[in-house]
Amino acid sequence: MSITFRINGNSVTVDVPPEMPLLWVLRDTLDLKGTKFGCGIAQCGACTVHVDEQPTRSCQLPASAAEGRDILTIEGLSEDATHPLQQAWLELDVPQCGYCQAGQIMSAAGLLARNPAPTDDDIDSAMDGNLCRCATYLRIREAIHRAAEVRAIDAVRDGDEGDPPAGESEPLTDPLKEEV
Amino acid sequence: MGSSPRLDRRDFIKVTGAAGGGLLLGTYLNLLTPAPARAATRATDFNPNAFIHIATDGVITISAPNPEVGQGVKTMLPMLVAEELDVDWQDVVVEQAGLDTDRFSGQFAGGSNATPNTWLPLRRAGAVGRALLRTAASRTWEVPEGECRTETGRVHHPASGRSLGYGELASTAANLPVPDAESVPLKDASDFRIVGTPIPDVDNLAIVTGKPLYGIDVTVPGMLYAVFEKCPVFGGRVASTNLDEIRRRPGVKQAFVVDGGDDLTGLLGGVAILAESWWEADAARKALRIDWDEGSTVEESSVGYSRRAEELLADPPAFAVRRDGDVDAALPSAAHRVEARYDYPFLAHAPLEPQNCTAHYHDGIMEMWAPSQTPERGRSLVASTLGMDASEITVHLTRMGGGFGRRLNNDYMVEAAWIAREAGVPVKLVWSREDDMRHDFYRPAGYHRLEGGVDARGRIVAWKNHFASFGEGESFAPFANVGSNEFPAGFVPSFALEVSLMPSGVPMGALRAPRSNALAFVYQCFIDELAEAAGKDPVEVRLDLLDAAGDEVGFDPARMRGVVELVAERSGWWDRSPSRGSGMGVAFHFSHRGYVAEVVQATVGRQGELTVDKVWVAADIGSEIINPSNAENNTQGAVLDGIGEALGQEITIAEGRAVESNFHDFPLLRHRQAPDVEVHFLTTDFPPTGLGEPPLPPVIPALCNAIHAATGRRIRSLPLAKHDLSWA
Repeated sequence: MSITFRINGNSVTVDVPPEMPLLWVLRDTLDLKGTKFGCGIAQCGACTVHVDEQPTRSCQLPASAAEGRDILTIEGLSEDATHPLQQAWLELDVPQCGYCQAGQIMSAAGLLARNPAPTDDDIDSAMDGNLCRCATYLRIREAIHRAAEVRAIDAVRDGDEGDPPAGESEPLTDPLKEEV
Repeated sequence: MGSSPRLDRRDFIKVTGAAGGGLLLGTYLNLLTPAPARAATRATDFNPNAFIHIATDGVITISAPNPEVGQGVKTMLPMLVAEELDVDWQDVVVEQAGLDTDRFSGQFAGGSNATPNTWLPLRRAGAVGRALLRTAASRTWEVPEGECRTETGRVHHPASGRSLGYGELASTAANLPVPDAESVPLKDASDFRIVGTPIPDVDNLAIVTGKPLYGIDVTVPGMLYAVFEKCPVFGGRVASTNLDEIRRRPGVKQAFVVDGGDDLTGLLGGVAILAESWWEADAARKALRIDWDEGSTVEESSVGYSRRAEELLADPPAFAVRRDGDVDAALPSAAHRVEARYDYPFLAHAPLEPQNCTAHYHDGIMEMWAPSQTPERGRSLVASTLGMDASEITVHLTRMGGGFGRRLNNDYMVEAAWIAREAGVPVKLVWSREDDMRHDFYRPAGYHRLEGGVDARGRIVAWKNHFASFGEGESFAPFANVGSNEFPAGFVPSFALEVSLMPSGVPMGALRAPRSNALAFVYQCFIDELAEAAGKDPVEVRLDLLDAAGDEVGFDPARMRGVVELVAERSGWWDRSPSRGSGMGVAFHFSHRGYVAEVVQATVGRQGELTVDKVWVAADIGSEIINPSNAENNTQGAVLDGIGEALGQEITIAEGRAVESNFHDFPLLRHRQAPDVEVHFLTTDFPPTGLGEPPLPPVIPALCNAIHAATGRRIRSLPLAKHDLSWA
């Protein structure tokens, strides 16, 4: 089946089985290896990408459901690792093995987009679906705070108001996630 | 235990700050395809040993010899070379070496061995380079060597104000005879500029931008993706299957049966399916119908092992590992006597990157990309199974998405090699999470009966442990053993450590801090029971025990005393005020040459809701914390890993197979469950040792002891999820 969507800002058409999860389209068809396979049942978050700006477990999204959507992966988060989260991850030396970190960063990017100043509790809620087997959780939390701080400073410096007020922080919801 | 520690806390306590400001950025290259770096070496390049390569344009490349599983060796080992070579870390390019037993030794990741194995050899490798560059400068300038000194990649001649960069000296140095590494002086620790500095992982930039780094990211032109279905009963074989139907599934290119052998660590029987994408191979697999020859262990179960352990523990032990004094006489005469049963389950490793390996058999050569902790052993396994010579097998090392001991075994490696040769095309084999959890080498379960006696002054004077474990006769299953010097052996005058073994078909192996991750729980919790019976403080009873060391003990009691005292001080142990529902617990453990004591603060709600509030760690791993950023990160990770194990992890065996299959029923610790972990390193005058494992074992008993302090409930069986912790 021919499916067309936007990937990191560019339109792409792939010919894959409609039920093939987006994760494998990204990794095996488009050779974007940054999005990781960890569990295949939306329990670990290693495969998190943005679908129309919403953090989504790509292992549960059939390719057919990507038709016409805007997909963002870790490769497209910034041109050159300049996203505040990537910078904070580098500054705080977050990774150990590093395998989960793309998914962590994509979930955190979704959080910061709707809540520019998350509390520890907001972070726990938004990030609880992302496992880190090495348990770098303390540095991830610190890095998200750091990125939020840097964004706030940049926003003041650039004279804009930053993101609109986010209201209540919502836990990451995955519209296509099924109970397992 | 020869030398006594010379430590002065005022001088040597080093507290790590948050990793942060001023971190240097390393450079990465050669992510998955180790460059033919040697091919690019010109005669004028300076390449005095396997680790150093300095080109005439000044590019300094240092080889990272060992497999990287997240423990930080790809950064730390080159740091040691760079330190003694005397270069700026920013100027260093780190290159992951492939398996090359001619040029390197000890290319494995396990046992927290990298630091003790390389601390001197890699520094000497760097010092050799520095000495030669200095000699080259002195000859160039025709001045005595003693007048030349090195600093950050240059040799200076202060008397004349001249200096030359290492690149400018490379071709001269390349023609000098290489001195014996042991004859070259090393820096004094006070002159270290890289060792002791927080250096971020060299792959961080690649990680946060999603570059292909891991075994699972390898791509070889023309490759097919493979899945391999094995018998859920360990070691079972294929009797018959529906290959013709599978071959007609979309995307499937090949499907065949692999007969396999009997060795659980080697190639086992199963069905290989190869397709143009991994998902198509895995989808086809769901249509597989296999009649298995399940073998003789199909009746085994966790319930059965537990029942058998009860029988064994009721009978006299089969053999003794150690006996000191007369424990059977000492126990009845003790002022206080306690008896208890402890047990713990099988555990899976569950590294986040599922097992995988890529293999390409061509022209009689097997080329492999292997995320293995023991690539040399993996190569031997491939060679013996496929009837090849090791020289015909090339192994590229990839970064690994965690190991934790799982990748000490190389079953996925030999599967990939076999399937690739059979298929005649390059093959990337990727296991599903279910494959990984159901075909692991599990941390062995264990069952203990303990009796202890305390005298009227509160000292532990008798200790009797009957350990029901796995094995045959007096031969333990892998990592199901206990050493004769395992604490408190040698610290209690009347002591017996006795064992009875039962057979099992479950594959067993080393999980991070093997043995220790289970034994620390049993022994450090039982010590708390004895302290309570005697009315003594848990820290005091431990310090008394350390003071009672005999001649034959497993570690230096003074070093352990140092970390116990430090963690008590930093955690506010002596000022604690336990209340119902809130408590602190303490434990220590020696493993992999490291001394670690930990205190856990935990809260338990009336309904039994457990919150781990905070953990304090005091660790003594010698004179230097080589990379403080990584050391803190790894220590926090090990502690949180231990908490995750204790909270909810258990592999259940039923009908000869593992029941749990994925993260919904084998829960890893999540963000919300992670408490603050405050890490203190006590630096002492001993050579530096490893940190990947030692911080894990103490946290489990410290947590269980904290739960007791909060609720009065003793935890004698793991995981915690099966206990009702409610109190009223």
